[in-house]
Amino acid sequence: MRDRPITREVKYEAELQPRFGQRIASIPGNEKLSSCIQCGTCSGTCPLSIYMDYTPRRIIAMTRAGFKDEVLSSFTIWLCASCYACTVECPKEIGITDIMYALKRYAIQEGACRKRFPISVLAREFFGAVLKYGRSPEGRVLLRLYLKSNPFQMLRNSRLGLRLLMRGRFGLGADSIRQKDQLRTLMRTIDYNNGNGRSVSTEGRPV
Amino acid sequence: MKYLHYPGCSLKGSGRAYEESLLAVYEALGVSVEELDDWNCCGATAYMAVDELKAFALAARNLALAEGQHAGQNGDDGGACLVAPCSACFLVLSKAKRYMEEYGEVGRRINEALAAAGLPYQGRIAIRHPLDLFINDVGLPAIAARVRRPLHGLRVACYYGCQLVRPYATFDDQFDPQTMDRLLRALGAETVDWPLKTRCCSGSLTGTIPDVGLHLNHILLKEARRHGANVVATACPLCQFNLECFQDRMSRRYGREIHTPVLYFTQLMGVALGLPDKTLGLQRLFVPLNKDQIQPEGVQHVGV
Repeated sequence: MRDRPITREVKYEAELQPRFGQRIASIPGNEKLSSCIQCGTCSGTCPLSIYMDYTPRRIIAMTRAGFKDEVLSSFTIWLCASCYACTVECPKEIGITDIMYALKRYAIQEGACRKRFPISVLAREFFGAVLKYGRSPEGRVLLRLYLKSNPFQMLRNSRLGLRLLMRGRFGLGADSIRQKDQLRTLMRTIDYNNGNGRSVSTEGRPV
Repeated sequence: MKYLHYPGCSLKGSGRAYEESLLAVYEALGVSVEELDDWNCCGATAYMAVDELKAFALAARNLALAEGQHAGQNGDDGGACLVAPCSACFLVLSKAKRYMEEYGEVGRRINEALAAAGLPYQGRIAIRHPLDLFINDVGLPAIAARVRRPLHGLRVACYYGCQLVRPYATFDDQFDPQTMDRLLRALGAETVDWPLKTRCCSGSLTGTIPDVGLHLNHILLKEARRHGANVVATACPLCQFNLECFQDRMSRRYGREIHTPVLYFTQLMGVALGLPDKTLGLQRLFVPLNKDQIQPEGVQHVGV
């Protein structure tokens, strides 16, 4: 992602994957992808667009046109914090936040994320922990996030962790639900009945 | 009507002062609530980023449990109500319910999985937020009548954050929400008019990409101050955490002292209702509320 070599930025039409856009648009909440008028309201509204490699407007255009690799390896989809500002402001009522979610899932499935990229690591660690306990063990998830992305961050945050601990706001225990079997059956049934290839296993790889 | 309380994970951890103060305020106002038994994590934003159907199924288990628990006590009167104080929980539960209703395929598959797990679900549960409950069920006059220590002198920037009013504005205006402002004014506080009340706090980016997350939170605090606020009120554990716990780091990074108390709106309610500090989790704050700012204006007090 970060150390991208210099490449030809403009693609030949034959290199695009138009089915990528169709597939994203077929997901619930993403239907209006093709009606985008490229007005840029989403980019103007987004508090994070100044940090993105492609603005939300460009991501929508690129998704629709089939720039699959560029879209899936972008920072943009992971910087989206799901605040829905773009979604409610979009004059064409495009579910941009839901499209970003669909792109995140796709990127994980395709292995397009850098291995130690903290945002996708957090999503996967959180997913795994909740599947196991039924609840999110905040402290443990954070610890695993730092171990798997950037252990140095743990040192930087140790003082904050201590202050939270002293105020009873942080722990490394894991609260869990009683009926874990019920949750497991629920998730297994989703996996079992899964015919459309959208659902992924706990490790985030396609089943 | 019986309210089922859905705390969510943060209210049992980093945001426990929110639950403590909320339950104390419920009690003081005579609102009877019961915790949803064996609730699970709503999935937050992370689940949807990994698996869509599992995210909906995870949220839907709570909805089914709530229906079951309500029916077990009240029979089938259809008035079941799940109250989610955390903005992310509130949105995720509402979204799961909507998608199950609006997309036949999603509804069918989630219901199949729920049935396989022995969880019948009819879609009759309402998902609500405590702000909605305080304004529309308890009512401002009833709350104002119980105020023991009016919050005169506090100038509050009400920060609603994003997911409480977006994408679904169920009980407040999406672009200029007012419920928290009205509530705090009824408690005697002054509320400031500021433009960033629904701007994103960056969610978990403070933990993953601090350069980005801290900047967004710095802007929020700076603007709240610039508009005259001496306290920020929040309704979300992640917003509260982001705005409060990194203030020393922001001060160093941006070269100006930032020291603004960030409280849950329920903590401010508790202070106004005269509840003890401990029951409101005030000791858990990094930046304490300076109670000297609350002036005993309008209170007849004779010193002896």
